[in-house]
Amino acid sequence: MLSAPPVEAETVEVAPIEASPAFDVADTQALVMSNTAVNGEYFHLTLAAAGLAMNAKAGQFFNIACPATDKDLPYLRRPMSVYRVVPSKGEIEFLYKVTGAGTRGLATLRAGDSTAVLGPLGNGFELNPRWKNIVVVGRGVGLATLAPLAEMAAERGIKVTAILSARSRGLVMSVERFAASGARVEVVTDEDGSSDPDNVERMLLRLIEKEGADAFFTCGSNRLMLLLKRVGATFQIQGQVAMEQQMACGLGMCFCCVRNFSAPNGTEQRRVCVDGPVFPLSEALSW
Amino acid sequence: MVDLRVKIGRMTLRNPVMPASGTFSEGLARVFSFDHLGAVVTKTITAERRGGNPTPRVAEVGQGMLNSIGIPSKGVINFIDHIMPEYAACSAPLVVSVSAPTAEAFADIVRQLNVPGIAAIEANISCPNIEEDGKAFAMRAKSTAVVVDQLRKATTLPLWVKLTPNTGDVGAVAQAAQDNGADALVVANTILAMSIDTETFRPRLGSIMGGYSGPAIKPIVLRMVYQCAQAVDIPIIGCGGIAATEDAVEYMLAGAAAVQVGTATFVKPNAMLDVVDGLTRFCQRKGIAKVSDLTGAVLDRGMTVDQLEALP
Ligand SMILES: Cc1cc2nc3c(=O)[nH]c(=O)nc-3n(C[C@H](O)[C@H](O)[C@H](O)COP(=O)(O)OP(=O)(O)OC[C@H]3O[C@@H](n4cnc5c(N)ncnc54)[C@H](O)[C@@H]3O)c2cc1C
Ligand SMILES: Cc1cc2nc3c(=O)[nH]c(=O)nc-3n(C[C@H](O)[C@H](O)[C@H](O)COP(=O)(O)O)c2cc1C
Ligand code: FES
Repeated sequence: MLSAPPVEAETVEVAPIEASPAFDVADTQALVMSNTAVNGEYFHLTLAAAGLAMNAKAGQFFNIACPATDKDLPYLRRPMSVYRVVPSKGEIEFLYKVTGAGTRGLATLRAGDSTAVLGPLGNGFELNPRWKNIVVVGRGVGLATLAPLAEMAAERGIKVTAILSARSRGLVMSVERFAASGARVEVVTDEDGSSDPDNVERMLLRLIEKEGADAFFTCGSNRLMLLLKRVGATFQIQGQVAMEQQMACGLGMCFCCVRNFSAPNGTEQRRVCVDGPVFPLSEALSW
Repeated sequence: MVDLRVKIGRMTLRNPVMPASGTFSEGLARVFSFDHLGAVVTKTITAERRGGNPTPRVAEVGQGMLNSIGIPSKGVINFIDHIMPEYAACSAPLVVSVSAPTAEAFADIVRQLNVPGIAAIEANISCPNIEEDGKAFAMRAKSTAVVVDQLRKATTLPLWVKLTPNTGDVGAVAQAAQDNGADALVVANTILAMSIDTETFRPRLGSIMGGYSGPAIKPIVLRMVYQCAQAVDIPIIGCGGIAATEDAVEYMLAGAAAVQVGTATFVKPNAMLDVVDGLTRFCQRKGIAKVSDLTGAVLDRGMTVDQLEALP
């Protein structure tokens, strides 16, 4: 096509792009307020991101652009759970573990830098107003996803027992935050063997016997998820699990993020980004 | 003011920017209105219900991504009943991407799509994941001719044919598509590629090989658009690694009448809008009245050749 196709000389203006109620996800250039190491492995990132980002709920996530470093050139964005939203300050927080190219890049962000965050994405946790007691069991970086849930439950007068699991005491995240929300916190570690699923199961059984549990919530460990699924099935306690999978778009477009779930007739594939990342515990399968 | 309209056969698009198949869905309507796009292009659909490939289905490789999504289609009926209505309110023309394992099945699915609301068919004769060993119709001129001929007889809708970069002679394939009735070409799909994790020695995709896309592939596909533009007269839609205005301009200079933005949308959901706005600004800055004037405007004649001076 070396000659231009004939088009009448008439002008077409690019219409300005306005926000409308139909849009519930925004790509926001967010200012870094702080980005600090929490312990040997985790960083806590606070961003100023007004607008739609402030609607984020516990269990939802953002797709975050990770800066390049001398060593890494992360291309895709990385999904990160909402750790906290403070609408009065227009701030949103994330807690992440430095593992690879993306999170190494994130760790280089300094106050005053900015980065793009797309969200809020996915479906968050659901709380039934009739519930009185819930049990939250999380491990590792999964605790970042569960921490805002404890606050959401407290606001609704639901009592929370949180079993927080990690390799060692020094690596248990957010104990103070769970405790401040009024949750009863039990810490279990690999170091002293208390994080063993058999022990966690005994703790759950004691809890169920003493005060009952209306629902289980979990994130961050396949073993704990399977344990809760089994105990939940035995005692007819429903549950929700926040799952992870490699993602590209976060918006349901690419189908990168599928996992198998049990469905009425066998298993079916669902996209973690739009069908989840929070799923019914009874339908989640081992990963 | 800049005229952004472009003609693709008998269709006039309000601007030359549209999504690449499989990198776009109704989900993006949560971020912006599709009314700003030149057209919308669906994920490839197949006649039968099928699942996709094993996970991991994605790996980040350089400035691009490797995918082995396959075509997890729910079939034509599901498309007409459930997906099409989502686009009903959208003013941009709806282009439906289709694929099938045989020429006959291709014609069948296109016949089923003779329904109001579809503006054009994009025949994905290039998907490298679903054919055995990544082989596809568009790898050879002969198989391209057969399938495009069948498709042409099966529909009166504008027929866009999407080529694969995994061929040794893209010009001949392009010509075969044109000779058998294609109204436009989309150049191109993903490049067959692989990546191995050197820690675990395992391929980084569940299905071992996959399609490479993103900025890393742009120079290769740009070259193919240029070659196709020499070989055919029908409009070419450039697709491969377009992320910013200058990428779109480059494709148009090489001979593309319009462009598709794929992987860039995953990294920057507003990428297509940025390119639409950027094209206006680019043309204003260059004093170009119509964006269509960029098509094929590369100055590739009379290139001066460096002469080495002979040593005394
Ligand atoms: C819904 C969701 C919420 C998440 N929330 C958090 C969080 O709050 N804090 C946190 O530290 N991490 C979280 N993750 C994991 C996070 O997205 C990163 O993938 C992980 O931090 C490793 O990224 P990397 O670039 O450092 O590692 P790399 O090794 O460079 O990652 C390579 C690729 O693999 C993907 N990947 C690696 N590990 C995971 C994983 N566990 N899950 C999904 N994809 C993975 C990366 O996204 C990237 O595309 C979440 C994942 C999902 C899906
Ligand atoms: C996740 C993903 C899914 C894709 N699915 C399809 C598809 O269903 N049909 C198709 O014709 N091309 C598909 N493609 C190819 C794109 O439409 C496009 O041709 C290719 O990615 C090159 O453009 P890009 O570099 O801008 O992404 C897919 C690409 C990606 C990354
Ligand atoms: S990440 Fe693209 S569909 Fe889920």
